[in-house]
Amino acid sequence: MDLLNNLALGFGVAFTLTNVLYAFAGAVLGTLIGVLPGLGPVATIAMLLPSVYALDATPALIMLAGIYYGAQYGGSTTAILINVPGEASSVVTAIDGYKMARKGRAGPALASAGLGSFFAGCVGTLVIAAFAPPLTELAFKFGPAEYFSLMALGLIGAVVLASGSLVKAIAMIILGLLLGQVNTDVISGVPRYSFDIPELTDGIDFVAIAMGVFGFGEIIANLSKPAEHREVFTRDVKGLWPSAQDFKDMTPAVLRGTALGSILGVLPGGGALLSSFASYTLEKKTRGRPGEVPFGEGNIRGVAGPESANNAGAQTSFIPMLTLGIPPNAVMALMVGAMTIKGIQPGPQVMTSDPQLFWGLIASMWVGNLMLIILNLPLIGIWIKLLTVPYRILYPAILAFCCIGLYTLNNNNFDVFVGALFGFVGLAFYKLGCEPAPLLLGFILGPMMEENLRRALLLSRGDWSTFVTRPLSAGLLIAAVLMIVIVSLPAIKSKREEAFQDAD
Amino acid sequence: MKIKSQKDFWSGLMFIVIGIVFAVGATNYSFGSSARPGPAYFPFGLGILLALLGGLVLFKALVIEVEGGDPIGYWGFKSAAFVLVAVVLFGIAIPVLGMGLALPLLIIVGSLGSGEFSLKEALISSVVITAFSWLVFVEGLGLTIPVWPTFLGS
Repeated sequence: MDLLNNLALGFGVAFTLTNVLYAFAGAVLGTLIGVLPGLGPVATIAMLLPSVYALDATPALIMLAGIYYGAQYGGSTTAILINVPGEASSVVTAIDGYKMARKGRAGPALASAGLGSFFAGCVGTLVIAAFAPPLTELAFKFGPAEYFSLMALGLIGAVVLASGSLVKAIAMIILGLLLGQVNTDVISGVPRYSFDIPELTDGIDFVAIAMGVFGFGEIIANLSKPAEHREVFTRDVKGLWPSAQDFKDMTPAVLRGTALGSILGVLPGGGALLSSFASYTLEKKTRGRPGEVPFGEGNIRGVAGPESANNAGAQTSFIPMLTLGIPPNAVMALMVGAMTIKGIQPGPQVMTSDPQLFWGLIASMWVGNLMLIILNLPLIGIWIKLLTVPYRILYPAILAFCCIGLYTLNNNNFDVFVGALFGFVGLAFYKLGCEPAPLLLGFILGPMMEENLRRALLLSRGDWSTFVTRPLSAGLLIAAVLMIVIVSLPAIKSKREEAFQDAD
Repeated sequence: MKIKSQKDFWSGLMFIVIGIVFAVGATNYSFGSSARPGPAYFPFGLGILLALLGGLVLFKALVIEVEGGDPIGYWGFKSAAFVLVAVVLFGIAIPVLGMGLALPLLIIVGSLGSGEFSLKEALISSVVITAFSWLVFVEGLGLTIPVWPTFLGS
């Protein structure tokens, strides 16, 4: 059994004392930052990137994966306790989770989110281990045309999920692609859009953009909101354990959510966000037992389902990143960036050239999930304490860590200035209702897309039809067009708006 | 013509301007041909595409009625200015003054943005966060960050 051998190799790596410690440290740090209101996984990972600079590639990625899960979980905690989802994918958790907390059932809500996530994480890990090798095989059949089409599909997929205007989201992607053009052209070696600033010839650092837009931008956006009275349900979190009836209710929801998330996570542009929305809709449509609490009033299925789904989706969204080197969402884009910093070119070759890293990372995802459950349920009191710290004290600390992170990127204050600039840009995006996540994805994929486009054209002697005459490439492009058509259909369009409205 | 959605109007305009800037900028580089695309090929095409999409957003903003006119709302420039100036100051200060002074500067100026500033709190935060950062980033993770002002010698 290859699968077992591979997993055994992985667990061998993941269970070394140092790697367990790094996974643990990552989960703690991720939760710590993720619990801070208004900081999602993207900002959290960007902020904590410097903490892995000094590490080797394998522990660095293991720690980052831990940070990711921690941040994700921290986001659900704030969603349930103070109705402030730390990230888009726990937006739906807040609907029923917060209601449960208001009814004094914060404990069972948190526990069902944690247990559901853990179960989903276990399944997700198995799915990755089973599907990564065959997909890698497929990836070796990909030429530049296929890669280009796949990235186009991924970008379109990301857009379909952005809330708000489709056209604006596509424009944001293109803006991201354009920002990615500030670099030295790989083929001709010509520096572009650098204005003779030497730092710009290497391109803008993606961390500076992420930190500026998601870190500073969100801080400013939070400060400009009128200070709202936040209710934190500290005293009520006593009975943590769900009742037998709760377990009966949540088990099928967890199973459905996990299945849904595992599938949707693999899709380009998919991942945690799509999964949690889809699962909430599914749970709402599924008939529960008679006399159950209605949805929107604190139904435990509305917490367990989406939370399992987003964790499964978060897990399986590693698949396109690990096998094809193509990040399906902004978080994975950061992981790709981190891998590149560590000197690993993400792509199908990683599995064969670096099996220790590959399988170690997969196994440590499971370890990370385990950490979260043993860490978060007992420690929930500490996280709640953190929520009672007023924002005016929290945000200078966030600012400080962001600045240190920016400076240590290249030990150069240039990135700090770029971060500040993008903080302003982020504020403008926020005010103009332009969602920034697609921009970051476009930015990361930009150079890759350009290189593949130009290579494909070079190979076809300038014939654009190469993208539609090669069957794999054509299939991917058709899928991308279909996605746009489907979301533009009036019926789906109103459903989509409804889904995002529900979330608001 | 009346603007029906403020947000879309300005974002459309932003996309058009940025698209054109990139497309015009691309003319400085060799365009190549489809068979041999040069460095300007991709950014030029994208710039045009962005400007077109911006035009679409702008058009919709002028034509489609939106309830309430979709105002941009209060910008919060004061908070933004304090936060971003604090970051820039940190950037200027760090190579010269080191983390020991640059972080307190960042925290005190940044705290002014909250509208409920208290010097005592800001000072306490400065000490705690600076000490914590030194412990974690310099001692713990071994990152090379200047800690003390350069004029104090190494």
